[in-house]
Amino acid sequence: MVIGVRNLAVARGGVTVLQGLGFAVAPGEALILRGPNGSGKTTLLRTLAGLQPPTAGEIDLAPETIAYAAHADGLKSTLTVAENLAFWAAIYGGPDIGPAVQAMDLAALVRRRAGELSAGQKRRLGLARLLVTGRPLWLLDEPTVSLDVASVALFAGAVRGHLAGGGAAIIATHVDLGLPEARVQDLDPHRVRIMVRDGFDEAFA
Amino acid sequence: MSIWEYANPKKFMQTSAWVLPWAVGLTVACLVVGLVWGFFFTPDDYKQGSTVKIIYLHVPSAMMAINAWVMMLVASLIWIVRRHHVSALAAKAAAPIGLTFTLVALVTGALWGQPMWGTWWAWDPRLTSFLILCLFYLGYIALWEAIENPDTAADLTSILCLVGSVFALLSRYAVNFWNQGLHQGASLSLDREENVSNVFWVPLLVCIAGFVLLFVTLVLMRTRTEIRARRLKALLARERVA
Amino acid sequence: MRALLLRDVRLAMRTGGGFGLGLAFFLILAVLVPLGVGAEGGTLGRIAPGILWVGALLACLLSLDRIFALDHEDGSLDLLATSPIPLEAVVAVKAMAHWLVTGLPLTLMAPGLGVLLNLAPAAYGWLVLSLLLGTPTLSIVGAFGAALTVGLKRGGLLLSLLVLPLYVPTLIFGAEVVRRGAEGMALGTPLALLAAISLGGVALLPFAAAAALRVNLR
Repeated sequence: MVIGVRNLAVARGGVTVLQGLGFAVAPGEALILRGPNGSGKTTLLRTLAGLQPPTAGEIDLAPETIAYAAHADGLKSTLTVAENLAFWAAIYGGPDIGPAVQAMDLAALVRRRAGELSAGQKRRLGLARLLVTGRPLWLLDEPTVSLDVASVALFAGAVRGHLAGGGAAIIATHVDLGLPEARVQDLDPHRVRIMVRDGFDEAFA
Repeated sequence: MSIWEYANPKKFMQTSAWVLPWAVGLTVACLVVGLVWGFFFTPDDYKQGSTVKIIYLHVPSAMMAINAWVMMLVASLIWIVRRHHVSALAAKAAAPIGLTFTLVALVTGALWGQPMWGTWWAWDPRLTSFLILCLFYLGYIALWEAIENPDTAADLTSILCLVGSVFALLSRYAVNFWNQGLHQGASLSLDREENVSNVFWVPLLVCIAGFVLLFVTLVLMRTRTEIRARRLKALLARERVA
Repeated sequence: MRALLLRDVRLAMRTGGGFGLGLAFFLILAVLVPLGVGAEGGTLGRIAPGILWVGALLACLLSLDRIFALDHEDGSLDLLATSPIPLEAVVAVKAMAHWLVTGLPLTLMAPGLGVLLNLAPAAYGWLVLSLLLGTPTLSIVGAFGAALTVGLKRGGLLLSLLVLPLYVPTLIFGAEVVRRGAEGMALGTPLALLAAISLGGVALLPFAAAAALRVNLR
């Protein structure tokens, strides 16, 4: 098991949006989070990434296992593609950037500045960053936004390669990724419909 | 029974509702007695004439300007360590009061300084320190106002208060080092020999007690308002959802 | 961590703008002050230590909000916070990068501007030394302020207000060192205090700034 979650509740802006979540992801497995807009997919991923504390429940996760990819790719427009990737590789002490460049079909672009790339190319560069982290668990937030069909296939291939190597992934999306083997976790039953504020605001009730 | 029970907002509201009338009464009594005594029943100073009487406003407000910051520091620490919301809101409530005391001290000081030193303002260490304290208050209040999420605001202002306290102390010593001033030393100390003479001293003590009570009363009132505002926001948000 | 330092310095060099602006501001100040105050050498020489220190401080202030704001906008800050580097180290490294592209150039530029302001010959060494010891404080305190205001729109003005009182001790001791240097007085005490604030700030403020960043990223 790479990550285990028990009875988890997460909050956005002090309001609990999801509760009672429980799942586990084993090596070689991908989990897809589904739910309508505002259901708390991003909040859940940020909580799993350790950017915010859960309001209840436990997350079982070894340190230094996750690589998080958010809506924003964290690219510097004045650095070249190679410089952007090399920076993250150095931060994670990860592998050489060559294979990542190949996997995301960026070889022709390595010397271009990230600011000159199209939206889809930027996205591919952002996903290539995952490959240089060398981390086993990928947390991906809408990874295929602005990707064309060919690039989505490219991305699915990269995820498969990662899973085949013993990695795991949790992916929040509402489009088809072409990963039929992935398990789907529906967040809708865990949504909190009645507003529960934190204890302070309820103290008078 | 632990003191932390009062950190429960419901308990705090009950207790403070009971304490508040007494606090108001005592404040008014102390201030009336102290100020009337000080203004009308003390002799003029042989050098300073009647201007000396501004001491009854100047000294207590200057003391409370510093004490209010110390109270905010303690409340911030309680929030950081134990995460009691009432504590964070009390710190928030105290800041504008502390700022007001600082301004009162500066203005009364200027009014007093003009006849005594011949100038409204001098870059004297004490005056400068109070000006810097004023900036600390402004920054703290501005940070509270700028952040929407109340918990985030409480966390960030607490951190600012801790770091600010250290730098406020540093500034105090730096300013002392920078310029030896016109301002006299402390007018009050436990060592009676050094004090201003007895006729001024007793009404001054009453005034100081009055200002302490005034601060406590205002903080209680404003904290209650903050709690109610917070509660109102929660109710409105719930109504929108329902 | 070296990669982060190199990246930040490289970004500052390529984007220019914000960081170059500080140096330009410093130069403008040193040219305008004599025009405003008058060309009389004695007066200029007397106020030069203070003007140079205030100028360096304000020039530093101009680029503070860029320390974290840019990384916050493009999402790098989230990614850095989930990376193997502790957030405290991120703060320290980014403050150091800020110092390398503002504090250090300002320090190197200051003697030249001292000539324009008729600074006493004895003071040049002390000017460089005091700025060398003092500007790291400006950067790390600035990084703390930037961490507090990182999520805010229009955070720039608030940042200045928060940071201003925190700069007071450094400014006082720094300018005092140069003034005493110019007058040939003993300056061991302010110099030691200036260094002490710098060391204390560099040692402790990354923790406060990292705590503020974590709160802001929540």
